[in-house]
Amino acid sequence: MSDLTPVVLYALLGFMILGSIVAVEIADLLSAVIAMGAVGFGLSLVYLFLGAPDLALTQVVVEILILVFLIRLVVQRKDTTEQHPPGALLVGGIMLVMGVVLTIMVMAFSDMHPFGSPLFSRTAAAPTIAFDYLREAVAQTGATNIVTAILLDFRAYDTLGEATVIFASIVGAYAVLRRVGRISKGGTE
Amino acid sequence: MTPHSPRGGSGMTIIVKSTTRIVTAFIMLFGTTIVLYGHVTPGGGFAGGVIIAAAFALIVLAFGKTLAGRFVTGTTASVWDSAAATAFLFVGVLGYLGGCFFWNFLRPPQSGRFTLFKLYSAGSILLSNTAIGMKVGMGLLGVFLALSVFRPRREEGEGHE
Repeated sequence: MSDLTPVVLYALLGFMILGSIVAVEIADLLSAVIAMGAVGFGLSLVYLFLGAPDLALTQVVVEILILVFLIRLVVQRKDTTEQHPPGALLVGGIMLVMGVVLTIMVMAFSDMHPFGSPLFSRTAAAPTIAFDYLREAVAQTGATNIVTAILLDFRAYDTLGEATVIFASIVGAYAVLRRVGRISKGGTE
Repeated sequence: MTPHSPRGGSGMTIIVKSTTRIVTAFIMLFGTTIVLYGHVTPGGGFAGGVIIAAAFALIVLAFGKTLAGRFVTGTTASVWDSAAATAFLFVGVLGYLGGCFFWNFLRPPQSGRFTLFKLYSAGSILLSNTAIGMKVGMGLLGVFLALSVFRPRREEGEGHE
């Protein structure tokens, strides 16, 4: 990690926050989708600068596909929901909840490891199982990409859970979309 | 898939179609490489599967659903999706050959039978990656087909009302 990396990360973070605000506030749905895509590509750059090429690659390709999906769906459509200014009580309640959440977050994050010293590197004082993964991955699994070695060998059970989640969400998407299709089909025929 | 959709067979312009014809094979090759060499280079089943789904989505967008529906439909995609999910579980169950769930049954630890950085160096990780790649690719393709198939019909229905 060079000296320039924090500057780049903060710049990307600012860009992503800006993109998120644009995506939420703009009325044109296509512009909102494109702003969201910009946020996603910014996130993939962040992963790249933090030295996680696996995540960066996955983020880029997922972002491209989701962008195509969403542009296909929302092109030439406007966000027709009306904006009602929220009441004072609601704003106060939201501010209160945000304050409480922020306080808890600050308390929780102060206990975390400092940025740039991951758990994997703690070896001398307290040997961790994460460091054993790093040391043993190539000998135990033969996979030179240690991310894959952990995902599909040491922690394959977790990956099975993830695959189940994806499967369930896709089945859910099928169920929702298919129902709309059937009703429309019955209406047109 | 019924080919009676009003804009079904049209697709995009000849420029897009020609480019798609040339490029799609390379995109699929790239996705397959990402999947198969997931244990050597960055990537893996998920990223490669998404790339393959994107290649199919490119075909559907460029040539229209009617032509694309001749070789891949939502039913095909969902069948392959389910089959690959079962295959991944099956790889895990096969681990009981070595004693526990998801044991790397093709490559005993410290065996030294396989050279690193090769395709067959990581045992059952290759099988898991292939299964996940197929699962993710076909799953996302199925969702894409479902979205693109049902949307024009709903617009048509709205037009009649």
